[in-house]
Amino acid sequence: MESHALRGSLASSERTRAIDRTGVLRLDPLLICGALALIGASLYTLGVTTSGDIAHDPYFYVIRQAIYAVVGMTLMLAVARVDYSRFRELRVGLYTVMIASILAVFAFGTATRGSRRSLDLPFFSLQTSELGKLLLILALAGFAIDQGRRMSERRRTLRIMAMGLAPAVLVFAQPDLGTAAVYIAITLAILFVAGTPWTHFAAMGGTALAAAVFILVLAPAVGYPILQGYQQDRLTSFLSPSSDPANVTSYQTHQSLVAIGSGGKTGRGNDATQTENGFLPERQTDFIFAAVGERFGFVGAAFILSLYALLIWRALRIMTLAKNFYGNLIAGGVAAMLMFHVFVNVGITIGIMPVTGIPLPLMSFGGSSVVVTLMAIGLLQSVYMQAHLTPRSRALART
Amino acid sequence: MYRDDRSRAPIPAQLSVRVAVLGGVALVMFSVIFFRLWYLQVLSAGQYQAEAQNNQVRDITVGAPRGRILDRNGGTLVDNRTALALQVRTLELPAAGGKRRADEKHRLAQVTGMSYQKITSEIHRQTKDLPASPVTLRRDVSTDLVYYLRENQDKFPGISIDRVFVRSYPQGSEAAQVLGYVGQVSAADLKLPRYQGVAPGDLVGRGGVEDTYDSFLRGINGDTRVQVDAAGQPTGGTLAQRGPQAGNDLRLTIDSKLQQAGESALSSFGLPGAFVAMNVKNGQILGLGSSPTYMPAALAKPRISTTTAHAIFGSPSDTSSTGAPFFDRAIAGGYPVGSTMKPITTVAGLESGTITPSTVINDTGAFDLGDGSQPLTNAGGGAAGPIDLPTALTISDDYYFYDVGYKLDQLTHNDTRNGPLENWAQALGLGSTTGIDLPGEAAGLLPTPAWRNNLYKQNTAPSSPGGSSVVYPKEVVDRPWTVGDSVNLGIGQGDLQANPLQMAVAYTALANGGDVVKPHVGMQVLDPSGKVVQDINPAPQRHVNIKASYRQVILDALHNAAQRPDGTSYPVFGNYPVPVAGKTGTAQHTGQADQSWYVVLAPYPNPKIVVAVTVEQGGFGVDRAAPAARTILNAYFSEKDPHFQRKLSTASTTSAATASASTTNPYG
Repeated sequence: MESHALRGSLASSERTRAIDRTGVLRLDPLLICGALALIGASLYTLGVTTSGDIAHDPYFYVIRQAIYAVVGMTLMLAVARVDYSRFRELRVGLYTVMIASILAVFAFGTATRGSRRSLDLPFFSLQTSELGKLLLILALAGFAIDQGRRMSERRRTLRIMAMGLAPAVLVFAQPDLGTAAVYIAITLAILFVAGTPWTHFAAMGGTALAAAVFILVLAPAVGYPILQGYQQDRLTSFLSPSSDPANVTSYQTHQSLVAIGSGGKTGRGNDATQTENGFLPERQTDFIFAAVGERFGFVGAAFILSLYALLIWRALRIMTLAKNFYGNLIAGGVAAMLMFHVFVNVGITIGIMPVTGIPLPLMSFGGSSVVVTLMAIGLLQSVYMQAHLTPRSRALART
Repeated sequence: MYRDDRSRAPIPAQLSVRVAVLGGVALVMFSVIFFRLWYLQVLSAGQYQAEAQNNQVRDITVGAPRGRILDRNGGTLVDNRTALALQVRTLELPAAGGKRRADEKHRLAQVTGMSYQKITSEIHRQTKDLPASPVTLRRDVSTDLVYYLRENQDKFPGISIDRVFVRSYPQGSEAAQVLGYVGQVSAADLKLPRYQGVAPGDLVGRGGVEDTYDSFLRGINGDTRVQVDAAGQPTGGTLAQRGPQAGNDLRLTIDSKLQQAGESALSSFGLPGAFVAMNVKNGQILGLGSSPTYMPAALAKPRISTTTAHAIFGSPSDTSSTGAPFFDRAIAGGYPVGSTMKPITTVAGLESGTITPSTVINDTGAFDLGDGSQPLTNAGGGAAGPIDLPTALTISDDYYFYDVGYKLDQLTHNDTRNGPLENWAQALGLGSTTGIDLPGEAAGLLPTPAWRNNLYKQNTAPSSPGGSSVVYPKEVVDRPWTVGDSVNLGIGQGDLQANPLQMAVAYTALANGGDVVKPHVGMQVLDPSGKVVQDINPAPQRHVNIKASYRQVILDALHNAAQRPDGTSYPVFGNYPVPVAGKTGTAQHTGQADQSWYVVLAPYPNPKIVVAVTVEQGGFGVDRAAPAARTILNAYFSEKDPHFQRKLSTASTTSAATASASTTNPYG
């Protein structure tokens, strides 16, 4: 069999010519619409809930989020134009950049609330671990194909797992439990799409269980706690909410539940108080779904969720369309990343997941998250465009 | 390395299974989210809406200003000023014992300059009994602090700057004991029906009319239900409002000028003492003072220092706690009254038929009780010879009243019933409280045969040899009633204990035809607009029938005592432009200087006012008490008669020579 790399490079030269001919980008319209609708919903929600937050600047968050969106859209289009298959050749470089950027945060990063997560750039505070999600997808997908051809499945699984765990551990040490979990989710998704046998997943499950027992029970018992105090608190308060009613974490969850619950079917609109009057912290970032739930009710929340369902459906669909295996893996990784973000973030706000800092893609205020999510969508668009430009992928799409 | 063909490229079948699994996971996860949202937003919406409502509503109590206290002419004695108070609502502080509460207290200590320990102890002290009570850490805080706390409200949950009303006393220490003060309601008080509607942390009256008329003076606090944000800051929305209702004003019968005159006269002696000036017709108190006194403003503070408390209320180590300024000697003192008792003895003698106005008794200078004890002498020594009743009163002859006391005792000799003297003293109010509208009034002690015999029995009974509840000195309890007790009572000595108010009330009955008035300092309750809500006009306690001619004899004799050259208080009142009838008293205490008494009715012969003054260790009645009474009367008549001051100065220049005789007067 010919290598994907060879086919990819051939296709890429064909595609370049195709674009040159038509001069237009053949983007997936549903994916674009879903992303734009979410950005619109984010701007509107930020506009109505944060107008009084910053004195004399009612549009503080809206303007910034809009700028991030414009930057993100531009990058999305740029990424969409590139044949994603090229990134496979750069897998070692991408992986190195990812690890280096995460390490750079340890060296030069600025701390907020006890965590070192971002680099201060001239106009922007870059959370490198966000960009790392994308780099991890691109690199791991490349390695998965690469190693699949040269070594045993078990070795490949272990290698990919190790390559995914390394940045996860680094991010966890920042400390950023939520993003570390995203890295692991991406790694597992890539392994899954790459065709790792079920037995390996069973073995990983067993190992994870053993690790969890070690981290949560054994290590603290002998005096070496691995989780930060607040992380432990979040887990325990999630597992038994009544253990400490004054706890900050269960306070957040509780206020979030009250916000969403009080929204009712159609929302409280301008009468919203939970998210308006500061009862719920982080309502413009990690808890923005609670603001949606309170203001726009079940209807609004369901609308937002439908948009995510649309994105995820398109991601899975594009995964099946991809012209090559690398495309399958990338689309699978992006789909898993989106699913994980949405399920965990919304799960936190509705009280079915422990509180970890994890943004709601495109909705939560924050430049790194918005830009990286849009770039991930750009990747999906690239896969989609490439599929429509090569005869082989058209044939695949028909099957 | 071994190679596995399956792994090189996914066969479409395997890939589609995996895509389907991912899709399935997405489906499950969206279903879970949708069901959970349905449960929260549709099935449980009501519960969460109620909770959200609760979250954002706060009831803010708007304190009602307490009513003012005015003197009879409308002058303000007690007013309110507003102050900004730094208050802590402990229920809104972070959890007790936690680090966040400690941090907040440290921050508070830093910005207020109070020590952490002081904040802690103050919170503890003020919430010991009533945990919900707001704690006032500091009053009259600086505007800098106000702005700082308002801008950093999020760092200080449970801390607020509230406008509070504070009692102010434009007249300084005037009528301090009459006015009383206000303090935070105690847990025990809240259980009493009279404090219904009072919330923890509210101020209620303590002592004086603040206490008696608390329910009138106290307003009704308002409630404002406002929307607040998570930091407890109002967001501007007011949901419901009930305005505070100011308390009613209280107009007192006190005449501020007279009060001031009395107080300055007393304080000029530098000795403890008290005075009462009262309308003889209706019992309205025109002035009532006790010396030493204090500044009530010192008690209008959130925290009264131990030093201040000891200075005003007396220190626990000070055994003579009745020496404290807060103690109102005018209504709670217990003193022998000396010769001011003689008119009462006279009434008993006349009404019982023991003597007549013309009964002459030969004052030999030594009255022998016939029980082998030392004969009793006149206070100043000497003997007046044969003397009739009016003269005996005028010159305050002791022998005459020993004799009357003795004769009265003989009527019920060897009997435990009261004799006429005890009965009349009782009828005129000695030994019982007058019912004045001030807390802390003392009944004093009117010694009677039954009282003494009982005490004697108790102390000689084998079961209780000098039981601990008996507070009387040994010499009081170790013998039964004897004729000497009656003789002593006849001249206001012995076990008798009374206060100036009781004496004033007893004298009014002589002046007004027999009404034993109920003295009162409250005159009217006025609503904030000045409309009269209630007139305070208590009926006399009782009426006693004293023959008008007897009353006239006594009044005439007392007039002579004040204004005839041989009268006991002639040196003070001889030249007085208004005719008066007054009686001196010089009560003896073992081991210390005599106590000066004076009770005067004016104007003679139709008295309108009675003034009773006593000065502890003040010597002869004419030395200290009578001049003080004169000062008080000056104030009274100056208000009645614009020319009084001129008359007074003319009078004093024309007879200045006679005024110097005071120290030579031998009689009390």
